[in-house]
Amino acid sequence: MHPQPRALSILNIVTPLLVLIAILVVIFYAPVEANMGRVQKIFYFHLSAAWVGMLGFGVAVVAGVAYLVTRQRKWDIAGYAAVEVSLVFFLIAIVAGSIWARRTWGTWWTWDPRLTSAAIVELVYAAYLMLRQGIEDPDRRARFGAVYAIVAFISVPITFLSIRILRTIHPDLTQGDSSGMGLTPKMVQTMLFSLFVFSFVFVDLFWHRLRLGQLVDKIEQLRLKITE
Amino acid sequence: MPDSSPPPPRSSLSAFIQAVRAIIWKDLAAELRSRELISAMLVFSLLMILIFNFALELDTQAKASITSGVLWATFAFAGTLGFNRSMATEKDRGCLDGLLLAPVDRSAIFFGKAIGNLVFMLIVEAIILPVYSVLYNTNLIKPGLLLVILLGSVGYVAVGTLLASMAVQARTRDVLLPILLFPVAIPVLIAAVKGSGGFLEGASMADITPWLNLLVVYDVVFIAVAFMIFDYVVEE
Repeated sequence: MHPQPRALSILNIVTPLLVLIAILVVIFYAPVEANMGRVQKIFYFHLSAAWVGMLGFGVAVVAGVAYLVTRQRKWDIAGYAAVEVSLVFFLIAIVAGSIWARRTWGTWWTWDPRLTSAAIVELVYAAYLMLRQGIEDPDRRARFGAVYAIVAFISVPITFLSIRILRTIHPDLTQGDSSGMGLTPKMVQTMLFSLFVFSFVFVDLFWHRLRLGQLVDKIEQLRLKITE
Repeated sequence: MPDSSPPPPRSSLSAFIQAVRAIIWKDLAAELRSRELISAMLVFSLLMILIFNFALELDTQAKASITSGVLWATFAFAGTLGFNRSMATEKDRGCLDGLLLAPVDRSAIFFGKAIGNLVFMLIVEAIILPVYSVLYNTNLIKPGLLLVILLGSVGYVAVGTLLASMAVQARTRDVLLPILLFPVAIPVLIAAVKGSGGFLEGASMADITPWLNLLVVYDVVFIAVAFMIFDYVVEE
């Protein structure tokens, strides 16, 4: 295995620093929201984690298509790594949202359509991991993983669409209706900064997971060679 | 696509339709002789309704929304049973390899299996609906409801057939299909439950139309997706 590339070593140092700064910014820079109080601050990491999760699921579908077209193992490794990392981030988003909901709505969980669909997304990609674990042949596993990543990615917007038809109480950032949160400029800055920082965390973890995947792949190849 | 199958000899569309028809016919003929698939799905569906009867205290006054939920939960579970079985027999008896060797477009195999599954599912539904109507003294034979059931079944079967053909090739195949299928099929199940409930409760068309639209969108999208990626699932 090659030693860590320089960029990765730098990233390993920069990312924790950025996370530290982000925590400080959220605590000290972002204003306290008038209605919801301090618990609203979890929103910055909630949104960022959700963003990174969706980013990774997007990476997975791109890698899936790329694998089916090129048949290069690296795309399969990338897709698998992206789903695994994103699944964790998406879970963080759900848990953070849950903590926020406990204070604001008075309950850990409601069957609000958007929460429901977040849970569905989490389950879809958990199913992706289970599918992969059930298949030994690496090529078949890669193909099926790619196919399921595509199917899953297409189903997610339709799931979101089906929620749109039902009513939702989740605060909507894109529309300025009464249930939406009025974000002050400082809040928007904090939000964008956390998005930026979480993207760094994602890239760093994803990179490490890629290298791990390559090692696993190498071991698998060697093991096949021995048994032959 | 790396290994394009040789071009069909005659007009490609008629050859395609002929291949699809041959596969459907094969499935129906096999089922006609053994009757193991439909009877399993049917008995399972009746058992499901029996369990729901005790679990939810269903009675003649049971709300229409509960009825649609019970129906779709039953159809969904019975469907996975059928999809898995239909693909597993292909795989275990080596039929799938034979089908793949045939000089036809791979997507014809998909459409053949999917339409066969759809027929089985519709037969089961056609038996369950009157039975449910008799048991709970209601009338489920309504044109609107039948339309929802048809649209819902089409989408469910399209995804189910695609995923079943992956699941049977995995080590954990019997447990895998529901896990793969349900989260992806949730939009079609939500829309079908809401649409059926709307028709049973006599809701206005304005309330039902969005669900019908959603069902149509889901059907079109997933038939297209399955058509495009089925090749990658069965290639060996």
